[in-house]
Amino acid sequence: MAASAQSAPVVRGTRPPPTTSLAACGALLRRDFVLAWRRRGELFLPLLYAVIVTALFPFALGPDPALLGRIAGGVLLVIVVLAMLPALESMFRSDLEDGTLEQWLLAPQPLALLALTRVIAHWLTTVLPLLVVMPLLGALLNLPTNVLPVLLLALLLATPLLVLLGSVLSALAAGARRSGILLALMLLPLAVPVVIFAAGAVAAAQSGMPYAAPLIWLGAALVLALVLAPLACAAALRIAVES
Amino acid sequence: MSRSYVPHWIHWLGSPPNFYRFAGALKPWLLLAALVTGVIGLYGGLVLAPPDRYQGDVYRIIFIHVPSAWMSLFIYASMAAAGLVALVWRIKLAEVVAMECAPIGAAFTLITLCTGSIWGEPTWGTWWTWDARLTSELVLFFLYLGVIGLYNAFEDHRRGARAASLLALVGIVNLPIVHYSVVWWNTLHQGSTVDFLDLSKSSIAPSMLWPLLVMTLATHLYFFASILGRTRAGLLALEGGKQWVRRLVTEDAA
Repeated sequence: MAASAQSAPVVRGTRPPPTTSLAACGALLRRDFVLAWRRRGELFLPLLYAVIVTALFPFALGPDPALLGRIAGGVLLVIVVLAMLPALESMFRSDLEDGTLEQWLLAPQPLALLALTRVIAHWLTTVLPLLVVMPLLGALLNLPTNVLPVLLLALLLATPLLVLLGSVLSALAAGARRSGILLALMLLPLAVPVVIFAAGAVAAAQSGMPYAAPLIWLGAALVLALVLAPLACAAALRIAVES
Repeated sequence: MSRSYVPHWIHWLGSPPNFYRFAGALKPWLLLAALVTGVIGLYGGLVLAPPDRYQGDVYRIIFIHVPSAWMSLFIYASMAAAGLVALVWRIKLAEVVAMECAPIGAAFTLITLCTGSIWGEPTWGTWWTWDARLTSELVLFFLYLGVIGLYNAFEDHRRGARAASLLALVGIVNLPIVHYSVVWWNTLHQGSTVDFLDLSKSSIAPSMLWPLLVMTLATHLYFFASILGRTRAGLLALEGGKQWVRRLVTEDAA
């Protein structure tokens, strides 16, 4: 490993190429953060979308606070899932088009590890802002204050799970003709159990019942997906890159 | 000389022109058998079987609903198996078979959902309910549509078939969920009545069981006939410019 670091050309003003897998993941994370920062205006769009759709519900259903409070948990869950969809679609597209994905395939690091790093970067840059803005959206829909922490916890478990599932589907669709709704059609059937359990936890908290069980199921699914989804994503990326 | 563990006829059948001829010869017989068994099953179910103790004659939709439901699961498993072969061994024929399974499976799933709805209205008092069995079957329908949609989104059909095969494999987790939904959850949909490992233990009357099994055989035969026909068409579409297709067309014309 040391020999390869010495023989690799060092371009002035840049870091030396990573030698360990962890360093490679760090480099990938740094790249994704820099790219996200350069188009930080775009990251506000899902937030804006979530706020506008949340505001639509009182217009559509009437401003009765009791009604809004009853449906707020489930509605916010669905809004987060829908707001995540557009960004999920383009997770790998730009890298496929400019040849970065082929470098990933040639890298000595396992492709699944690089895919997992991309998933983490995507969740941190795209989904975390949505979760940060949840209290504001909850206030718009009169969400009961005791339900908000449970909603946030459910989303903290459900959104990485959805991003992991979405990464596999996004890699599958990366080489396809651009079709806006295709990822939604593929992701939503797989997202149904996730939404069911997350909504179950929120509904239980809203009626004062114990809510730990659905959250534990979500946690188990998340752990399973953390291990298996990057492997499936790597297989999908290999299919996407071959011409 | 190395001994191959794969029989020679599997290699022979994997070649598109050979499969085209084989499927063309077999399909009419399978279709005829499906028609005959279908007529026998429907006659046994609609005419010969007695009315149900509680539901009267409404229950007779079971002879379409249950075989279609079993087919929706069987075809998905077949699609996933063919997809696995296509992904691992890159066999062109497996790709075509996997992709041609999807519309047939989607149709059977739609028939299951619709006939189930029609059955539920007079018996449960509702066209639809969100219990585990119905929801997971609906998810199965969306999975079929996803496979079809993903395959058609690719310009290169071979790459599209491999991508859609991976999607089908990811969705295979839904199959045990559909099957065991009535065991794991408290559902409005009834539990299983037919035990395939010991048919005598089934909680359905024998006069109703035999038409059900005959209809199951009929739908399986129909599926095999249909997939042979669709695969022939798919092979022609995929291999259009090849020598064997051209020879086929000129022989037909001559």
